[in-house]
Amino acid sequence: MDNNSLLDIRSDYDEKFGFNVDVKTVHQTKKGFSPDVVKEISSIKNEPEWMTQFRLHALEAFLRKPMPKWGPDLSNINFDNITYYLSASKNKAKSWEDVPQEIKNTFDRLGIPESEKKFLAGVEAQFDSEVVYSKLREDLEKLGVIFCSTDQALKEHPELFKKFFATVVPSEDNKFAALNSAFWSGGSFVYVPKNVHVPIPLQAYFRINSKELGQFERTLIIADEGSRVHYIEGCSAPSYSAGSLHAAVVEVIALEGAHVRYTTLQNWSNNVYNLVTKRAFAHKNAIVEWLDANIGSRITMKFPSVYLIGENAKADMMSIAFAGHGQIQDTGAKAVHMAPNTTSSIVSKSISKGGGRTTYRGLVRVEKGCTNVKSNVRCDALLLDENSISDTIPYMAINEKKVSIGHEASVGKIGEEQLFYLMSRGLSEQEATGLIVRGFFDCFTKQLPLEYAVEFNRLIEMEMEGSVG
Amino acid sequence: MNILEIKNLHVSVNDKEIIKGLSLTIREGEIHALMGPNGSGKSTLSYAIMGHPRYVVTKGEILFNGQNILELKTNERAKLGLFLCFQYPLEVQGVRVTNFLRLASSNEESVVDFGKRVKENMKLLKINESFSNRYLNDGFSGGEKKVGEILQMAVLKPKIAILDEADSGLDIDALKVVANGVNNAMTTSPLGVLIITHYQRILDFIKPDFVHIVVDGKIKKSGGKELVEKLEEEGYAWAHEEIA
Repeated sequence: MDNNSLLDIRSDYDEKFGFNVDVKTVHQTKKGFSPDVVKEISSIKNEPEWMTQFRLHALEAFLRKPMPKWGPDLSNINFDNITYYLSASKNKAKSWEDVPQEIKNTFDRLGIPESEKKFLAGVEAQFDSEVVYSKLREDLEKLGVIFCSTDQALKEHPELFKKFFATVVPSEDNKFAALNSAFWSGGSFVYVPKNVHVPIPLQAYFRINSKELGQFERTLIIADEGSRVHYIEGCSAPSYSAGSLHAAVVEVIALEGAHVRYTTLQNWSNNVYNLVTKRAFAHKNAIVEWLDANIGSRITMKFPSVYLIGENAKADMMSIAFAGHGQIQDTGAKAVHMAPNTTSSIVSKSISKGGGRTTYRGLVRVEKGCTNVKSNVRCDALLLDENSISDTIPYMAINEKKVSIGHEASVGKIGEEQLFYLMSRGLSEQEATGLIVRGFFDCFTKQLPLEYAVEFNRLIEMEMEGSVG
Repeated sequence: MNILEIKNLHVSVNDKEIIKGLSLTIREGEIHALMGPNGSGKSTLSYAIMGHPRYVVTKGEILFNGQNILELKTNERAKLGLFLCFQYPLEVQGVRVTNFLRLASSNEESVVDFGKRVKENMKLLKINESFSNRYLNDGFSGGEKKVGEILQMAVLKPKIAILDEADSGLDIDALKVVANGVNNAMTTSPLGVLIITHYQRILDFIKPDFVHIVVDGKIKKSGGKELVEKLEEEGYAWAHEEIA
């Protein structure tokens, strides 16, 4: 069968997401980094001295730490050619009318205000380095829920901020966490008070508009005892020939009995290096879910982690990756069991096409004395052609005997027989392939709110002619 | 009147000729049974009719309502009204039976009417309601797979259906359900059927108008139901001998 006709995944990216707008820059640091650039950013933001020192300390760590000696080749990143801070808006707006027109146009095209009206409890929009809009539903605000930019939280909720900031991902954790800690700007701060359930999702959207920009958002989510929240993030960027760097740090703290779900639909243009550290602490009886989909970027390295630090804590991690021509998705998940009776589940599903490469890289670690731990890892890879590659690298470090650990992996190809079967029912080859791909990701899609499921299917799939109405 | 004509068909798989000059005509309203020993080319014929890329027609024609379909892709043949009930239906994870049926059928029907029709057919085939929410053939028992194929046939309403060993591995109750499904499909819309089978059993429930015995890629004998009885008594050796 003709492989060229198979599934034109993301072929409409340029039109739908790959555009850029001309905006007036309010602040921009000169290219490259130095302690002066760090101080300049801190001063633009009017930060307390401790944060300036935190940043400078992190910059030292960044310089000291070597590049990762494993995983994809990152030698093409030219750190001297990156702009580390660029802001196009003076103020953060609480109403879309107050967002500068060109920036608002961008988010209109991406459908963000529309989604906010329909099904979101709160929305935050980041444009290059700064959050330009954030709004939380009033009833939730009254219940004490906080949803704002991380910069704003530093000013308005300094005690809460200082208590939790960088406690999950220290600035010296790894080279890119150090980079983020030095230059962080924007990102979301979420606090859900005790026993408050946020009934519908909060969403953040991260947009890179400028060339050769470093976006370093920093997100901190604190779910107090017995609370519940679902946070969703999306992102995209213009299809410039010169790439950008996105190095985020996300910290999640699920206190006793809290339930946090964190969903990512990563859809960067194919020129972005996406090197992200995401980690959660799950206290006693807490549940943390990472639903992490990576279909964009040139290279992604991201391994959402849960440290199960309290008894009966539970981690559910699902990592979905698509790698097309020129893309490397080096993704996975980590579960670190530090208390007895904790459970974790890791499901990884990846599709490679047109020479793309996906790697599942994951860790399950059980500390000594953590009895009755249950962990299950499942990795499925689907290759759409002969040129594409998939690897599975599952690390296990089990230091306790009374545990139950499972691991399954499979690599498959879309078979001629399967296509023939579906085509014998009247589906074209493209429709049949699309159906197989959609089915392969179904375990992820069905976890999404309906609107996102539709969007996700649209992102990974060509249009299904004569499809279900 | 729908008519499928197979004329002097030669089919090779991996350069080995399996079908060696086979001719057969099936009209709507007719039931044909194709019987023959293992390796005689029965399944090869069904794959060649549906246009499997590895089954190469080297000579001869297949006409549907006078149109040569050999240049058509599998899905185009399906759209014309040809249907193959697979001996070994394939699993498609993550695709629910009901979504698949909707995708495969034309969109002219409203979702409500379509849903109703699927339900009626499921009832007729004694299929549990939860079936429609399961993933296509994923974890199905042998019997469920066969009944699932008949359900697809009933919902998609083809004009000519080929049943490739729809009876294999079924107990008598399941066999009756399958046969009932086929008979019902024939009464509700104009349908011609080609039943490929080893055994007489299914033909007790779906009465063939014509029986063909295929040996070594050719039809050696055609007749009525009496051929089946002779086969049951004497086996295929008889057919071989008569030719020799």
